[in-house]
Amino acid sequence: MLAELRPALIITRREVRDQLRDWRIITPIVALTIFFPGLMNFTAAQAINFVQRYGAELVGERLIPFLLMVVGFFPISISLVIALESFVGEKERLSIEPLLSTPLYDWQLYLGKLLASMAPPLIAAYLGIFVYLFGVYRQVGYTPEPALLIQILLLTTVQAVVMVSGAVVISTQTTSTRAANLLASFIIIPVALLVQGESMIMFWGQYSALWWVIIGLALIAVLLIRMGITHFNREELLGRQLDSLNFRWIGATFISGLKGESRSFKHWLVDFYRNTFSELAWPVLVVSLALLLAYFTGSSLSTTFPIPLERINLEAVKDGQIEGLEELAFLSAGGVFTLWYHNLRALALATLLGIASFGVLGVLVVMLPLGIIGYFSATLAAIGISPFSFLAAFVLPHGILEIPAMIIAGASILRIGATLAGPARKGTIGSAFIYAVADWVKVFVLIVAPLLLGAALLEVYLTPEIVLWFFAQ
Amino acid sequence: MIVTENLSKKFDDFLAVDDLNLQVSTGQVLALLGPNGAGKTTTIRMLTSVLRPTRGTARVAGYDVIHQANAVRARVGVLTEMHGLYDRMFADEYLDFFGQLYGLAEHPRRERLEELLERFGLTGVARKRIGEYSKGMRQKLALARALLHDPPVLLLDEPTSAMDPESARLVRNAILDLRSAERTLVVCTHNLSEAEELADQIAIIRLGRIVAQGSPQELKKDLLGPSEYELRLATPLNGYLPALPMGVRITAWGDTWLRYHSSSPQTHNPEILRFFLSQGYDITDLFEIPRSLEQVYLQVVGNGDLRQNREGRYAG
Repeated sequence: MLAELRPALIITRREVRDQLRDWRIITPIVALTIFFPGLMNFTAAQAINFVQRYGAELVGERLIPFLLMVVGFFPISISLVIALESFVGEKERLSIEPLLSTPLYDWQLYLGKLLASMAPPLIAAYLGIFVYLFGVYRQVGYTPEPALLIQILLLTTVQAVVMVSGAVVISTQTTSTRAANLLASFIIIPVALLVQGESMIMFWGQYSALWWVIIGLALIAVLLIRMGITHFNREELLGRQLDSLNFRWIGATFISGLKGESRSFKHWLVDFYRNTFSELAWPVLVVSLALLLAYFTGSSLSTTFPIPLERINLEAVKDGQIEGLEELAFLSAGGVFTLWYHNLRALALATLLGIASFGVLGVLVVMLPLGIIGYFSATLAAIGISPFSFLAAFVLPHGILEIPAMIIAGASILRIGATLAGPARKGTIGSAFIYAVADWVKVFVLIVAPLLLGAALLEVYLTPEIVLWFFAQ
Repeated sequence: MIVTENLSKKFDDFLAVDDLNLQVSTGQVLALLGPNGAGKTTTIRMLTSVLRPTRGTARVAGYDVIHQANAVRARVGVLTEMHGLYDRMFADEYLDFFGQLYGLAEHPRRERLEELLERFGLTGVARKRIGEYSKGMRQKLALARALLHDPPVLLLDEPTSAMDPESARLVRNAILDLRSAERTLVVCTHNLSEAEELADQIAIIRLGRIVAQGSPQELKKDLLGPSEYELRLATPLNGYLPALPMGVRITAWGDTWLRYHSSSPQTHNPEILRFFLSQGYDITDLFEIPRSLEQVYLQVVGNGDLRQNREGRYAG
């Protein structure tokens, strides 16, 4: 293992040495390591003196850890620039080709550059943190809780990993630093929002919440690193010459993905069920488990956020009417299409969110209704109605079609997300993505939309009758 | 040493290399010629296992470029079209870095890089930053990098471009020195006289396909027809054109000279000489009209253009 790491470290050493010869990188790092913590010390001391005059010591207490986090964050913000320069800059100058011609594995090159982009800013950040802590100790005698210090160090590290691994993903999809800098806003904006959120946590004083931030960021970092390793390869680096949109190619690839290699409609249908649909087996399993998890999470939340029992009136149902039911316009023939449209729209939104989040947010959207069902079944259980009865009356009559439709739709969304994070089996990431979207269209048109239409019909014409019949017993 | 079968590469909807079949034996030098964008660099990249072929196979130094990519890269030295040097590094530091990536131990690495710096006349500037190097010096340094691990296969993309004549000669001589029974070279170049000087085999690529392949002599014979000779006389012909042997065709003549194509110069030339001497003509000279690779190249590429214009697509 160490022998395999050695080439990566050779790359790291060269790049770090190169950075240390570049005054454009050295100057801000030195400034943020020495001068900025000094400025923060001064700010902290002044602020504490000021707020103490008004008896607001708490603000001062919270300000010192907050500035500790800021002192750590500023130097690592440079890592984004270094990473873009290291990955896409070298690609743009074509100095990467001799490296690609050496017997290095793609991951060794990736790891070497990743470490090189993070090491100097991270060392600067750690130094800055300790310079700052030394200063505040001298000025006001402040020493952080060991847990808080570990949290800040971990947070700084994991933020650097996220930014650099995100920069690599951007770099693999562009051929110029200009384009990469434009795309970098996809990292800068979320990270800026994240730092704002972290600031709120710091002033709120709920430092334990930082652990969740660290875990969340670590998961994102793992996903981005996996995506980076997948796409930082020779083929993608040298196969792309221009950042241009080739609509003709996109259209042709999409049509080819839709048609496959079929010669007739019958052959096409058989091919769809044998290949495209069967490829969803694993995502279907994952989404099914996610829906189960959503159901039980919803159930458990019913005790945390209970509905007052007196607000639940099932007597009306026993009388053959449900309060406000007549106001629901979709319980009519036209309502079938309203429901169908609503469900299709929700799944389209889930798809868009899924594309932007490797499938994760898409699956979360699909999980939401099951979470609500779980919540209500547990709530009704509290007043003595069996969850099985609730499910049998309210959910299953139309859910028998709707839930499979949601699972298959979620699986299809997850598969699109997986093509972005995983290796392309044929062609480039672009073609793999277009093929996945074409498969998504086929799945939606041939399976999801018909199932949802059937579910809407059942929901309008069957479910209300069963509910009324069931509760009248 | 290098064998390709139907090697093809497609980028999205652009077919860069189309069914390329090559066989370059150990000890041979192949020159890949072709206009810009013909697919030469893509071919080199596939032979270096940097790009994955879309279709077909290739074996380099006995290894498959798809399934044994790292083994291929360890045995290939590449001079890329763009040198890809790090301007802030020193030349010796740069070679040392690549030597480490090729897994050379420290002592032999130092010896090898000093030898190469000496060979390319860079010893005196080894501690100068590469950014201060001239174009020619950069090219020599890039070539030194390609030779660091003493590879059995060398792929050189434009090895003498941007060089002054003296440096270009130095590099050409180095390439000639590198020819050995154990080494295979592929040279991509636009310099046709260089290709003729260095190569045993020529392959002309156009729109991703090989449109002509063979030794320089074979290509000249196949594409330009039989050799042409010029006979110079001391006494004028005065409009007399003799009947020459079968297989000889007079192409041009003047008062004291005539040119002819011969399909078999070994038999025809002595016959023609004997004939003119027997007729009382004094002969001052008989020589073969030199034919360059450039004529072959223009013929192939020009024909390709003509065909493409006629048919609306390339029929190479």
